[in-house]
Amino acid sequence: MTESTGTADVDGVAAAESGEGVRRRDFINIAAVGAAGVGGVVTLLPLVSQMAPSKDVLAESSTELDISAIQPGQAVKAVFRKQPVFVRNLTDKEIEEANAVDVGSLRDPQTLAERTKEGHENWLITMGVCTHLGCVPLGAGEGENKGEFGGYFCPCHGSHYDTAARIRKGPAPLNLQVPEYEFTSDTVVKIG
Amino acid sequence: MSFPWANHYEPQNPLMKWVDDRLPLPRFVYNAIGAGYPVPRNLNYFWNFGVLAGFCLVLQIVTGVVLAMHYAPNALVAFDSTEHIMRDVNWGWMLRYAHANGASAFFVVVYLHIFRGFFYGSYKAPREMVWLMGVVIFLLMMATAFMGYVLPWGQMSFWGAKVITGLFGAIPLVGEPLQIWLLGGFAPDNAALNRFFSLHFLLPFVIAGVVILHIWALHIPGSSNPTGVEVKGESDTIPFHPYYTAKDGFGLGVFLFLYCAMLFFLPNALGHPDNYIPANPMSTPAHIVPEWYFWPFYAILRAFTADFFFIPAKLMGVLAMFGSILVWFFLPWLDTSPVRSGHYRPLFRKFFWFGLIPAMAVLFYCGGAPAEEPFVMMSQLATAYYFLHFLVILPIVASVERPEPLPYSITEAVLGSDDNAELKAAS
Repeated sequence: MTESTGTADVDGVAAAESGEGVRRRDFINIAAVGAAGVGGVVTLLPLVSQMAPSKDVLAESSTELDISAIQPGQAVKAVFRKQPVFVRNLTDKEIEEANAVDVGSLRDPQTLAERTKEGHENWLITMGVCTHLGCVPLGAGEGENKGEFGGYFCPCHGSHYDTAARIRKGPAPLNLQVPEYEFTSDTVVKIG
Repeated sequence: MSFPWANHYEPQNPLMKWVDDRLPLPRFVYNAIGAGYPVPRNLNYFWNFGVLAGFCLVLQIVTGVVLAMHYAPNALVAFDSTEHIMRDVNWGWMLRYAHANGASAFFVVVYLHIFRGFFYGSYKAPREMVWLMGVVIFLLMMATAFMGYVLPWGQMSFWGAKVITGLFGAIPLVGEPLQIWLLGGFAPDNAALNRFFSLHFLLPFVIAGVVILHIWALHIPGSSNPTGVEVKGESDTIPFHPYYTAKDGFGLGVFLFLYCAMLFFLPNALGHPDNYIPANPMSTPAHIVPEWYFWPFYAILRAFTADFFFIPAKLMGVLAMFGSILVWFFLPWLDTSPVRSGHYRPLFRKFFWFGLIPAMAVLFYCGGAPAEEPFVMMSQLATAYYFLHFLVILPIVASVERPEPLPYSITEAVLGSDDNAELKAAS
């Protein structure tokens, strides 16, 4: 059973024959199973990644909106990433109501100024997605129930939002989310 | 059934004992592809292709299920959704190429698996049922591959669907209504595309079911081997694990090397450029051929150019094409030689290497060539030999041939005659 390996040292050969220590077969075993294991895990990457949003979905991830026709007190529903976004032109009274609230008493403390852009404090732009379980709250459309605080009301589980779209009552944990947006001019908003 | 000296599954871990008492699935795996399955010690690399075929089936199901998450089986958007997979879906190009080339790889290993069966007589008693299940799997594979090729809804998809369903139109009396029923219309359209998608998703799981029967039937007598001599004692076998898991693992590595070379460097080499043109019912591609794995059978289909007595040429071609595979169902009873392996059959070997294999090669070549001379004549001669080989030559060879002497046992074939076997085994 002796074979010449050329480079193998005498101790290694002796160890291999007595079955002690690290044998060459152990090395081959670990190397083969290791390579196959790493290869198998890497193969999972495309299988997992293919479920993520495809390039065409990501390409639809910003929306431009002309807001010149929205009068004070009115709101529109736009679509951003296949979800509703509320664009609301606040009246002076609504701004006053929002600013009159003690921020410390809120579940998700934020001022109206933090939720709007400087110089455009009357424009409240939020996702139309209730932070409880994702329903579309009422209040953006003409004549819809605005809830006890004059903002939005989610009919699914009764969450009430105020005129700054902050959660005031009901199960929702957070204020309506303010998406990333910017005013590209005085009348055009780019969301996303 | 297994050999009495097979290793027994004895779980040491209390959890595995608990599982074994309630659902002995680990025991089942141990006895099927683990250390509990004794396998002849002399298997060569042709015995790798069963495991590789199983791997290909899993590969096709995994990539196929993923592709189905992004594909839309509607004639209006099918082509666009295929391009959506290629361009927009993360790794979509790779997954689709993996599936398309995976189909080719599946057929490569299955053809080699069948070749192994032909040469080593794997279809003979007591493994006829293994063979029959295998032929069923092959037919299901052909149907699945055909329907899958239709799904991208390119030019080759459309005209492939039209031509293949047109085969059924050759059947007398019921042919035309049958074709319309199969398509759900007068030409391939949304109805056909939808049902092809549904069946293309279903059939691989049917194949998986028949594969279980195939392996179940195999494990009754156990694997055959290159000598064709049955296992006589414990020294003739070694446990499947680790010996053949290691050998199959090595074969799998070689396979993956070649497969990945195709997938990443020649992904479209086996496809047709015309299939990147959206389906157009108004214009047939100039040169229409099926995928390479159908070429031999396509050549047989086109070999019949004249009416055969009262049977029209078209029907004859269809019958011959289906007959060329159906004849495999009768192979165990056509080849009546008691010697299993071609290794010990000099006359069989001559007809195998110089008859059947060249005829298959000619059919393969002609199936991919245009339907013109000399390819039609070559196809006709090769088709004639093909049927002659199975229906006439094999039975005659079996009765007149004088086989070479067989080794007494597998051990003797490996280690030499009994006088020296003990000596060699000890050294």
